[in-house]
Amino acid sequence: MMKKQIVILGGGTGGTMTANRLRRHFDADEAAIHVVDRDDWHVYQPGLLFVPFGLAHVDEIVRPRHRQLRTGIVFHENEVESVRIERDEVQLDDGTLLPYDVLVIATGARLQPEETEGLTGPGWNERAFTFYTPGGADQLHRALESFDGGRVVVNLIDMPIKCPVAPLEFAFLADAYFRECGIRNRVELVYATPLDGAFTKPVASKHLAGLLTEKDIELVTEFNAGEVDGVGGKLSSYDGRDLDFDLLVTIPLHGGAAYVERSPGLGDALGFVPTNKSTLQTPARPNVFALGDATDLPTSKAGSVTHFEGEVLTENIVRFLEGKELDSGYDGHANCFIETGFHKALLIDFNYDIEPLPGRFPTPAGPLPLLRESRLNHLGKLMFQWVYWHVLLPGREIPGLGPAMPLAGKKNVPTTTT
Amino acid sequence: MTTLEIAETTVDVDAEGFLTHPDQWNEQIAEEIARESGIPELTDRHWLVVRFMRDRYLATGTAPSIRSLGKESGVPIKELYELFPKGPAKLAAKIGGIPKPRGCI
Repeated sequence: MMKKQIVILGGGTGGTMTANRLRRHFDADEAAIHVVDRDDWHVYQPGLLFVPFGLAHVDEIVRPRHRQLRTGIVFHENEVESVRIERDEVQLDDGTLLPYDVLVIATGARLQPEETEGLTGPGWNERAFTFYTPGGADQLHRALESFDGGRVVVNLIDMPIKCPVAPLEFAFLADAYFRECGIRNRVELVYATPLDGAFTKPVASKHLAGLLTEKDIELVTEFNAGEVDGVGGKLSSYDGRDLDFDLLVTIPLHGGAAYVERSPGLGDALGFVPTNKSTLQTPARPNVFALGDATDLPTSKAGSVTHFEGEVLTENIVRFLEGKELDSGYDGHANCFIETGFHKALLIDFNYDIEPLPGRFPTPAGPLPLLRESRLNHLGKLMFQWVYWHVLLPGREIPGLGPAMPLAGKKNVPTTTT
Repeated sequence: MTTLEIAETTVDVDAEGFLTHPDQWNEQIAEEIARESGIPELTDRHWLVVRFMRDRYLATGTAPSIRSLGKESGVPIKELYELFPKGPAKLAAKIGGIPKPRGCI
């Protein structure tokens, strides 16, 4: 085979893992592999949740991107100017042209706080915060340290967001934090969501709403935030409801990377890339693939999803280059630990068709309880950071944890699915 | 699955009254659902949104979210809430005879 050019946009979870897997598969004379990212800071994003509570520091969850890539992968620290799908080439901000045989879009999602009226105006990072960036999480940590009571509103502006359970986890951890500080009786906690329940999936939504009640966190549903007054402390919805706050923890709107909008034929109105839900090929061109948060797929934007997609994606890139039929093996599998405070966590496991159900999740180290608080799940979540850097990113297999969702152990699995 | 008589036509609906078969829909049905939902008359702006939702659903199999609706239909989100109080995407889908938009994940 002639030497192929593989260009991967994004050096985060999906891009790094894919580059390393492909590097192992192809010899240096079979394929050149390029990874492009605008900076050299790879953030272990699940760690951001812990920063505001002083349970992790930003420098513990950030490592250089290029150091996570195997030898023989070329790293370009550049912004992408645009992708020209009709010419099979990528232009970088310094004018460099990268021609490709296969392109992988793995540039994730971009936060767009400026799209919500008033959010980034006066009061931003003083009274209104997000923990979805290292800087924001750090600022919120400082604010929490000097917070001695008042009304805290946790709000996600609109779906889709990365890690849809993270705002709930933040609310649970905040409850635990304020209790441990001895000021919980002086704090009102409110969880405001545009969804009609605590979560998107009915069975899990019920469990999670129960936990909110148990922890005395007020749930406000169908709240579509349209405007923020960061000085007066008021969050207003489009249908005219107001929520007063002393501290706002917001999950801003998300969109795709900016270059997607500059690349005709690549993305949708929000900058996400339409992608085949089972093969991960894009309808834009047969040689353009996408994974992770950058896609428009109807599953969670989460590292576990990217990981499961990654196995199918790598296989399909190999098949595509060999002229073989693609594997339709991705089933929408997602798997998330949900921190609930006091060293406990829930675990949920689901796919396109089967919502998160109670039961047990089989792992090589023994079963973990599903949809139930346990210390074991909390330990699983903590241990995962090591697995992320040392197993997942290098593209090694996690024994017993394949892309397809296991049915074994789940209770009340519907016999027919839609 | 239940059936309902709307504007002298029998249609299949889900538990919340969303049509489950978009081909059973017509404009009289739209007007009647709108009236029952507290919108006395469908203006041109209402129709623009309803048709956009319906066309998009028929073409792609999913209805746009409120954000995409605001970006692509030409009707800003604030106005969408004035036209369809409470939940523009849901209400426009109901009036347009397409299934309830699934909250994405």
